[in-house]
Amino acid sequence: MALLDVKDLRTTFRTDDGLVKAVEGVSFSVEPGQTLGIVGESGSGKSVTCLTIMGLNDRRSAVTTGEAFFKGDDLLTMPSSKLRSIRGNEIAMIFQDPMTSLNPVHTIGWQLVEAVHLHQDVSRSQARASALDVLKAVGIPRADQRIDDYPHQFSGGMRQRVMIAMALINNPDLLLADEPTNALDVKPQAQILKLMGTLQKEFGSAIVLITHDLGVVAEIADDVVVMYGAQVVERATVNELFARPSMPYTWGLLGSLPRIDHDVERLAQIPGSPPSLLNPPTGCRFHPRCKYAMSICQSVMPELLAAGGSATHLSRCHLDQATRDAEIKKLESGHFAEVT
Amino acid sequence: MSDDLLVVEGLKKHFPVTRGIVFQRQVAAVKAVDGVSFTVKRGETLGVVGESGCGKSTMARCIMRLIEPTAGRVEFEGREITGLSRHDLRPLRREMMMVLQDPYASLNPRKRVGSIVGEALEVHRLGTAAEIKKRVQELLDIVGLNPEHYNRFPHEFSGGQRQRIGVARALAVNPKLIVCDEPVSALDVSVQAQILNLLKDLQQEFGLTYIFIAHDLNVVRHISDRVMVMYLGHAVELAGKETLYHHPLHPYTGALLSAVPVPNPEAARSRQQILLEGDVPSPINPPSGCWFHTRCPRHHPGVCDVLEPQLAARAVGGHEVACHYPLERWPMSAAELAGSLRPDAA
Amino acid sequence: MTRYVIRRILWALVLFVVVTFVSYVIFFLIPADPVKLFAGRQATAEDLARAAHYYGLDQPFYVQYWKFLSRLVANGIIGKHAMGFSYANRQWISHVIKDRAPVTASLVFGGAVFWMLISVPIGILSALRPRSLADRGATIFVFIGISAHPVFLALIFLYIFGYKLQLFPIGSYADFFNPPEGQPGGPIQWAWHMFLPWCTFAILFAALYVRMIRASVIETMSEDYVRTARAKGAPEWIVMRSHILRNALLPIVTMLGMDIALGMGGAVFTESVYSLPGLGQAVVQSLETFDLPVTMGVVVFATTAVLIVNLIVDILYAFIDPRIKLA
Repeated sequence: MALLDVKDLRTTFRTDDGLVKAVEGVSFSVEPGQTLGIVGESGSGKSVTCLTIMGLNDRRSAVTTGEAFFKGDDLLTMPSSKLRSIRGNEIAMIFQDPMTSLNPVHTIGWQLVEAVHLHQDVSRSQARASALDVLKAVGIPRADQRIDDYPHQFSGGMRQRVMIAMALINNPDLLLADEPTNALDVKPQAQILKLMGTLQKEFGSAIVLITHDLGVVAEIADDVVVMYGAQVVERATVNELFARPSMPYTWGLLGSLPRIDHDVERLAQIPGSPPSLLNPPTGCRFHPRCKYAMSICQSVMPELLAAGGSATHLSRCHLDQATRDAEIKKLESGHFAEVT
Repeated sequence: MSDDLLVVEGLKKHFPVTRGIVFQRQVAAVKAVDGVSFTVKRGETLGVVGESGCGKSTMARCIMRLIEPTAGRVEFEGREITGLSRHDLRPLRREMMMVLQDPYASLNPRKRVGSIVGEALEVHRLGTAAEIKKRVQELLDIVGLNPEHYNRFPHEFSGGQRQRIGVARALAVNPKLIVCDEPVSALDVSVQAQILNLLKDLQQEFGLTYIFIAHDLNVVRHISDRVMVMYLGHAVELAGKETLYHHPLHPYTGALLSAVPVPNPEAARSRQQILLEGDVPSPINPPSGCWFHTRCPRHHPGVCDVLEPQLAARAVGGHEVACHYPLERWPMSAAELAGSLRPDAA
Repeated sequence: MTRYVIRRILWALVLFVVVTFVSYVIFFLIPADPVKLFAGRQATAEDLARAAHYYGLDQPFYVQYWKFLSRLVANGIIGKHAMGFSYANRQWISHVIKDRAPVTASLVFGGAVFWMLISVPIGILSALRPRSLADRGATIFVFIGISAHPVFLALIFLYIFGYKLQLFPIGSYADFFNPPEGQPGGPIQWAWHMFLPWCTFAILFAALYVRMIRASVIETMSEDYVRTARAKGAPEWIVMRSHILRNALLPIVTMLGMDIALGMGGAVFTESVYSLPGLGQAVVQSLETFDLPVTMGVVVFATTAVLIVNLIVDILYAFIDPRIKLA
């Protein structure tokens, strides 16, 4: 049984301008100990997907349908007290911006101890001891002194380590990480990714990693979900996705990435900007930016179907297999720029 | 006319740290930039990489004379600009423009796009109102925006479009040098590609010279001709981009390169990362000798913590490095890095 | 931390000198010739010269100010000889202040407690349910509180609760500790007499604070660290207590120091309408009779009190906000 099984998740926000469909029919599953990468640009619905699973959307403006089974129980319909006992305990979350995600008026020790006390009935000194252990595990130097420091006394990379420590302190089975390295430099980014990989091995947690950086996905994900305009447009194992990406948006993402192992004069660029979720395009969400767009793309939304003969590889595109194969060939020879 | 557009020599910027209850006395200095020298040739792009706090942005602001350098010289087209008065500096301000990181914060939300882009033209009194308007519309067209959006406000544009406005603003007065301070790090990948392509196109069309500051080594490699690596206020390595990325000499450059994410699962998982211990030391109290020795896997006691290395040419093609024990080859694993210490003959 | 406190105290001292200096200039040097006020209307030129010499008014201005300041410091602000005596009734100014300061203090600090008791719960409730009925009610309260003048409110309160319903006394004061003989006193009488003045005095600030606390709480609720707290599995009341309120009320604490100072000015109106024998009333009376030393004394005393309150608030703030300590 999958650890997390999300089925047809839909989240709609009521705003002053109208209904914003931030997540539309997203399905995926995560096996114990595995890492799922969710890739997409800002506004693609990847963060909202995670917040919805955690029940952290504003209840007054968000409407959610669908199912999210965690160990067989639907997180979306369970009573809030049960959900609270899972949050921070069996499922933990790391947020994008370590600078603002820690409470500035409490010491990090206080915040870690709070996390322990919310879920475990232990003494103060026991809670503090486990806080110290987990700070050491995430590599905070001089943890025994720094435990009584306030967040502003730490650098960005160190704060993100504290966030990870807080997420791991109750030994979660599932870790949702929302762009955990986005605010960091290359060096601390690599350290944090490495750390998450090591801790995953040690604690056996599954990870859902949200990112816009395909390099990060290649680094640590087992499976990948590509989101565009609130929908899943491609789903595959990491090797499948990078070896045989099967729809134009993924090609565009790969081609627009400047990379150290390829030399190109011009980057492939996806023209235009991401769609408005308030008033999304008809048919395929990507058609206004897609150079392969056909007339069917403007009127009919493609289904998420098996691509390239693999059961684990799905994509949402009207293009026929022959065209796709031809384009993937070009990709293999490194001509990213010619694809889009 | 010389080939060098900009010559920087021994540039330093120390911010005083003061203490005192009534009278503030200086007790220390944040050595944000501590002796950086380089030249930028006409029409090239010099990339500057380094972690946050390494002094790259401060250096850019010193070159632009937005802040006063503590010491050192900056020559622009053979003319020293470090000593110039505000008045003498004015005509030079047209020659050097800046594009900033945050397209949300760097545009005045209460001004229309037309007046944001045309501001420099008005300041330098380059034409009548009608001429300026025509020029601004032309600029909007050049950077790929609709000239009819002249009267819109910044909030009506997306992040990528706002960065285009920032580029148009910098282009308005036909500068020779544009300093880009992390211009794409707040943008999504697809938009980032658009802006990078735009910058490259503009460079070809108008013969621009760029100083391109970023922390993303992939981006810097894509856009630069030469790359300078900074650490703790110092330039540690400076070379042509192919040389730097394929044959780095400084261990810090090597560590940075080993950490760059590669969108290729097999390569990403098989490569060996060189992890550095701890955080970057404080620029108030930098390490003695080589500023990198506290985190360097090749640190050689008695040399690295005593002698300060100078940035000097070590190989052909103007490859400069500030290191007592530069790398013999690349790639190297962490173990090889530490094990292959041999005093440098050069 | 110690440095911070010392620096704050030194600043307070500097401000004290500046404030007394300005008051001195305004009250003694700019208005009508004080010598005439001392010597009386029918004084001859000789009398005037003698009076001027007697009071030291023939000396250079800086000498006068220096003497004034050193007397102030040597005797303590409310020491007997610190500020001389009233022209009108020859009372020591220190006596005037000692008699009247507790009344004003009761009004201002009691009022501050009052407005916090009103505004904190209302502000939080309306932040929790924006656009709800309770929030709209709070908005109306804010609107009334900000636009109604205290004199007008005081008269309405006196008419309804004092005269019509006879629930509260009209225009008198009861001392907390030692009331004059034959007059009501003690804590209960005191609070009963002060109730309407407190309401009047507090309503403007309560309204402002409801608005401020509502905005501050709403802003804090959308902070990332609040989301982090929920993601940790904290129940709402813990999120509210440990993560939202602690941060949201921080800026309110600094405001409180300033507003208590501002409130002293507003107390003049309330004291006048309710006939409370406070400092405000003393100032109004002294201005009417050109009794400059009293005006001066009250102003110097009040500004000193404000400086001290602000000093305490600043130091308190440094204790509750860890980020200040490095500054």
